Amino acid sequence: MPPIPLPTAVPLTYYLILSAILFALGVAGFLFRKSLITVFMSIELMLNAVNLTFVTFSYQHKQVDGHLFTFFVMVVAAAEAAVGLAIILTVFKNRGTLAVDEIDSLKL
Amino acid sequence: MNQFYTPTDHFSLLPALLLALFGCAILMLDFFVLPHPRQKRWLIFFALLGEFFAGLALYRQYRFLEDQSIPALRAFSDGLIIDGFSIFFNAIFVAAAVLVAIISYRYLEVEGEHHGEFYGLILLAQCGMYFLASGTELVTIFIGIELMAVTFYILVGFLRSDRRSNEAAMKYLLLGAFSSGFLAYGFSLLYAITGSTRLPKIAAELAQRPATDPLLLLAIVTTLVGLLFKVGAAPFHMWAPDAYEGAPTPVTAYLSVASKAASVAVLVRLFLGTLAPHRINWEPMLAVAVVLSLTIGNFSALSQTNLKRLLAFSSISHAGYILLGLIAGNRTGLTGICIYLFVYTFMNTGAFLVLISLRQKGMTGDDIDDLNGLIHRSPGHALLMALFLLSLGGIPPTAGFIAKYYIFLSLVETGHYALAITAALFVAVSIYYYFRIVRAMFLNEAGQLLPALPGWGARVGFAVTALATLAIGLYPEPIIRFAGTSLLR
Repeated sequence: MPPIPLPTAVPLTYYLILSAILFALGVAGFLFRKSLITVFMSIELMLNAVNLTFVTFSYQHKQVDGHLFTFFVMVVAAAEAAVGLAIILTVFKNRGTLAVDEIDSLKL
Repeated sequence: MNQFYTPTDHFSLLPALLLALFGCAILMLDFFVLPHPRQKRWLIFFALLGEFFAGLALYRQYRFLEDQSIPALRAFSDGLIIDGFSIFFNAIFVAAAVLVAIISYRYLEVEGEHHGEFYGLILLAQCGMYFLASGTELVTIFIGIELMAVTFYILVGFLRSDRRSNEAAMKYLLLGAFSSGFLAYGFSLLYAITGSTRLPKIAAELAQRPATDPLLLLAIVTTLVGLLFKVGAAPFHMWAPDAYEGAPTPVTAYLSVASKAASVAVLVRLFLGTLAPHRINWEPMLAVAVVLSLTIGNFSALSQTNLKRLLAFSSISHAGYILLGLIAGNRTGLTGICIYLFVYTFMNTGAFLVLISLRQKGMTGDDIDDLNGLIHRSPGHALLMALFLLSLGGIPPTAGFIAKYYIFLSLVETGHYALAITAALFVAVSIYYYFRIVRAMFLNEAGQLLPALPGWGARVGFAVTALATLAIGLYPEPIIRFAGTSLLR
């Protein structure tokens, strides 16, 4: 039985669709999840979708600009996580809950 | 060409470098050298020194452009641009940061949360804004917006033991990070389409693209969503009322003027510069955002009882007016945006300053009822508040009138009559809720509250904001000329 010929490269569109799906999942998680930590993780997922797009097109354009942007996005995500977890911790200390709907002393 | 760090680069980066340096130095000084609470006053002095040097570096840039009579100076191979526009916006940021620094001193004392890092964070946020006003490269803009946003998350939650401040910080953090995700996705698509992160190159590539390209459309939508979040325009305004109400009042002032101005600077650079050929795609979306901002901002403000929340909704509607200049998009519109943001810096900070002066131990002073009979308790404050509210409402002879006049003029010039009429009607609505506050101050019975205690910071702050609000209203020529030099290209 002859070996099945493998495609030489995954088409670009696949990457784009994958990153769009990841991004949409991140948005959905942000909108529908109740726990603060999960909501925060959804944002990281969105940023990773961005990274995937950058790396894909950096490869396609044969440049390093996109790779560079990826590193900056990672740095930003780390900084946001550092500050974000500190804030979440303070919220938890003052209220003893991490459910988004219960944190409502400022009226909507 | 490929020299790593030329004198031009240094010259164009200097204000941001100074701000970062002084900002970090204040963090260090606070921790290691001046830990005693009584020594905090030196830190504000140090922050003002940093602002002074940054302002000096900006002034040198301004003189350089004037002397050489060149429209713009590009540095870091198109990464940064120094032009009249960036200098104008940076002048706004310096003014806002100085005002906020001097009015925070007494507020933080009253709150019992006086920490030196407050002043350091103000400078660091301004450093981020510098890159928003002068960055012409997607990475630079993204880092600038994040530097500004992350420092603001901390500043909003600065009152650590106050549940409302925590909650405001959390909501601002989540929605801010969410919008950053959108912005980054938009930037990644722009890079995907054009293969460059530098705005001039992106503009050249995009000009040849058909307007119906779905990828381009997605890029425009996500970028616009991300930036409208930051500006605080509806329908992406949900964070604004909560963040404004819960944040320490000086931070609310800083957030509402400087952060808004910086985000508008990016919007103008991206949408009137790079994406101008695709106006047909973004103009309808922006128009919807403007009408929603005007409607939600003005109608929600009508029913508010908390002053900070009321001013938050009013700031959403002001975002709508500012974006109208972007829709008009001509010379007058751009001048209008610049003047509006400049004037808004003073009148809005002034209004928040009145609230800060009313703040005393054990009482917040941010309900409308707290202002009852203010004219009997502290007549000076009542008159100043009335002046700022008149200006926010856009009534002559205050500065707010000049700002609104230019925006409306630009709309009429470009034939956007429907938008102009809608916006003018909403001015009438806004005057109603501004006058509700005036009525409480002048006509209602005085409450039990003590008169306001002005400190030296509040006195200086009042002098500057009131003088600017009146002077620009009565004699607007200099500011119009200054804004005129700031036009793109």
